Amino acid sequence: MRSDEISGMTVAAAADAMRAGKFSSEELVRAVFDAIDERDGLIGAYLTVDRDGALKEAKTADARRRAGESGDLLGIPVAMKDIFNVKNQPCTCASKILKGYIAPYDATVTAKLRTAGAVPAGRVNMDEFAMGTSTEHSAFKITHNPAALDRVPGGSSGGSAAAVAGGMALASLGTDTGGSIRQPASFCGCVGLKPSYGRVSRYGVTAFASSLDQVGPITKTVEDAAIILGAIAGADSRDQTVLDKPVPNYRAELRGASLKGLRIGVPDEYFVDGTDPEVMSLVRGAIDKCENAGAQVSRISLPHTRYAIAVYYICATAEASANLARFDGIRYGARCADAGSSLQSLYDRTRTEGFGKEVKRRIILGTYVLSSGYYDAYYSRALKARTLIRRDFEKAFSECDVIMAPVAPTPAYKLNSTVNDPLKSYLGDVFTVPANLAGICGISIPCGRTAADGLPVGLQILGPAFGETVLLRAAKACETEFGL
Amino acid sequence: MKYLVSIGLETHVQLKTRTKMFCGCLLSTDCPPNTNVCPVCMGLPGALPLMNKEAIRKTVMSGLMLGCSINKYSRFDRKNYFYPDMVKNYQISQNTDPLCIGGGVDIGKGENIRRVRINHIHLEEDAAKINHYDRHSGIDYNRCGTPLMEIVSEPDMHSSSDAMEYLTALRQILVYAGVSDCNLEDGNMRSDVNVSVRPETSDRLGTKVEIKNMNTFKGICAALEFEIDRQTAILKSGGSVVQETRRWDGECGETFSMRTKENAHDYRYFPEPDLLPVMLDDGTIEQWRSELPELPGKKRERFKTQYSLPEYDAGVLCAQLPVAAFFEQTVQRGAAPKSVSNWIMTDLLRLLGQTGRDISDIPLTPDSFASLLKLVDSKSINTPTAKELFEELFEKGGEPEAIVKERGLGQVSDTGAIEEFAARVVAENPKVAADYVGGKAPALQYLVGQVMKLSRGKANPQMAAEIIKRKIAGE
Ligand SMILES: [Zn+2]
Repeated sequence: MRSDEISGMTVAAAADAMRAGKFSSEELVRAVFDAIDERDGLIGAYLTVDRDGALKEAKTADARRRAGESGDLLGIPVAMKDIFNVKNQPCTCASKILKGYIAPYDATVTAKLRTAGAVPAGRVNMDEFAMGTSTEHSAFKITHNPAALDRVPGGSSGGSAAAVAGGMALASLGTDTGGSIRQPASFCGCVGLKPSYGRVSRYGVTAFASSLDQVGPITKTVEDAAIILGAIAGADSRDQTVLDKPVPNYRAELRGASLKGLRIGVPDEYFVDGTDPEVMSLVRGAIDKCENAGAQVSRISLPHTRYAIAVYYICATAEASANLARFDGIRYGARCADAGSSLQSLYDRTRTEGFGKEVKRRIILGTYVLSSGYYDAYYSRALKARTLIRRDFEKAFSECDVIMAPVAPTPAYKLNSTVNDPLKSYLGDVFTVPANLAGICGISIPCGRTAADGLPVGLQILGPAFGETVLLRAAKACETEFGL
Repeated sequence: MKYLVSIGLETHVQLKTRTKMFCGCLLSTDCPPNTNVCPVCMGLPGALPLMNKEAIRKTVMSGLMLGCSINKYSRFDRKNYFYPDMVKNYQISQNTDPLCIGGGVDIGKGENIRRVRINHIHLEEDAAKINHYDRHSGIDYNRCGTPLMEIVSEPDMHSSSDAMEYLTALRQILVYAGVSDCNLEDGNMRSDVNVSVRPETSDRLGTKVEIKNMNTFKGICAALEFEIDRQTAILKSGGSVVQETRRWDGECGETFSMRTKENAHDYRYFPEPDLLPVMLDDGTIEQWRSELPELPGKKRERFKTQYSLPEYDAGVLCAQLPVAAFFEQTVQRGAAPKSVSNWIMTDLLRLLGQTGRDISDIPLTPDSFASLLKLVDSKSINTPTAKELFEELFEKGGEPEAIVKERGLGQVSDTGAIEEFAARVVAENPKVAADYVGGKAPALQYLVGQVMKLSRGKANPQMAAEIIKRKIAGE
């Protein structure tokens, strides 16, 4: 098969084609590699590609098919954010401090994908340790937005979105701690799903903020997102925070998805000044289409939204300051060549050299908010405010099925425009972090392009905790209605 | 002026569980360095902790043994500090909501029984072992993640001997409960101590000094004594004690400053997001309570009343749970309590000590022990034979009655045979017999000895003495 066929190909279509014997997994994976060779020079989505390993697994998948298997993910290549442990592959989290580190074990999501027959094919770029919203904080390379090469792909799962949007992957896996799946999906024109906290195992996913991190797919369609979620969700004996709830057949649940009678809440707090007017009108237009298609749209209020950014940057950095403490040059990863003669200098120099600016900024922030004398003023109050934000959503979901809002206040912005203005980029998370703080699920689906630059804009749909079925059905109905 | 000493202990006890605290690695002491590890206990990127429920159970059981109240909601926290013995550079521990609160340990005897209160007991993971060499240090992560229970006492001890009594009692209770081997050489039980000294006239505790991580009772005792003297001397000379953490150097018998209050760690505790809170219901706690063994002190009292044993015997028997159990099992098989106690205290404990064997794996069983004592009671064998037989049962086991029968070890109580031997002995030793008549009591012992010799040790000695007396009297 030709490499340019990857662009328009969905997981569902590739699965059907392989079931029909039109091509093999090996051919599909080779086509993906050809596409990477042809396109990634300009885009820069991939960090490393283990071609031999992936082809071997593709052949295994083909053998499994010959033996009678026919699952939706059998033989499907999936691009992996560089945060997932895949045995015998690098796992750098786009950080110098993990340069050369080879993962000795599979993450649970990796193992589940393998069980379903998917082929982890290539590791994609990200903001270092998932801290950032533009992928410009990668220690290794810049990733360009395939829709506009002078713009960022979003982040932190920017490589995941750029690989899919750039026709170099059928689907990818990302992580979302404060919007890191939804925002790049919006910037690149993909579908990005953040499952509820506790839906997907975090075992083997290098931690940024443990109480917020979730794994999810970035795909071309809602159906593909449903297929992948179905494969990776569910209880894990290695992660206590995953709830032992049955995993529905999300793909099958999409059948008959309709906007008719769907109760859509539109929160006042998400439609405020400061949001790009084109983003605002595209999102409003999308909601109007839903209403015209029979949905019941009503204004709702999520009054504690204004605390979300502050609460998020306290909770996330506090957890990160501990999660990243293990990178010290003692046991694995890079150690400063000139480590000095004391333990302290080994730590200092290794971490000074190994971590980028944004990671250091967050470690310091997190250390500060947990320090004695400041804990009560910051961390403790943040936890209380987090509860209030969660209650806002619980109340809202007693009145509506889903919530619709913008994903980010802007479309993809120019490279180098926020990298030295952390506050500006933090504020860009305003519409995505509440879902992580509340542990609910959310998705970003394309809802149009800006008139001036033709930049993709996403519509964010939020569903209650473990309401993925409702969420995906709503998204599927929108996708059909918008016809994008 | 007199000075008052206040001592508090933080005792770390490694729990005897099958696996480590947060991963599936087995607890094992004899593996080559860094071989008994996995992604979780090596703190690899992405690894997550999993709760060891057995460790929770054992901590709660310890709490119940020590009279603590059990928190139905408890939680783990991250304790942040950088040191190579902690793979994640934070330790998963419990700060605000530990498993057990309150409780105490009684020390002293009789009138002087005092209670050392326990503040709380929490559960955490043990660190790696660092070995220092001339020019480098080696880290062995095998120990990393061993379940570690920390028992924090109030400063209720006032001398090094109080501390020793507390630790001895605590250790006995924990071994009893089966929660830990409390093997000091293996580092199963290590303590940090807090010491402060104040003038008798002051009602506020003096400035506290902490001495870190000692694993022998002797070391703790010596460190306490050194530190009490050091602080008392400072106060006597009008100085003031600095709040600090000190290190005990056993080699030179002194404590040295490690860090002062200004340099104290800020551990930045916060709730561990990777673990769910531990919720315990009444049913579970009651179930675990029903599985508790009797406390050593209670058992001692019961032994005194139920078996009419002297205080000393009860103390020796109850010092180790398996010995107490062996005693009771033997008594239940019909042996007289006091004679069982005598045999255990003199012969069994001596043999265990000499051979270094464990009571749980010796061939001697309560059954064979009880039958042996029955043979003694019924005078079927005499004491020297019984002692020899006991040693044999200890070594090889066997059925005493069968052995006695088979080898003809039975005591000769047949008057006819003894009469004959006695007549011969009196006839052959007229001078000794005359001595006896003349009032020399030991002479009789000699004659009995001769009868025993003729009977090859099987004659009943009391019977022999009676018959000899009769013979001499010319009856
Ligand atoms: Zn382990």
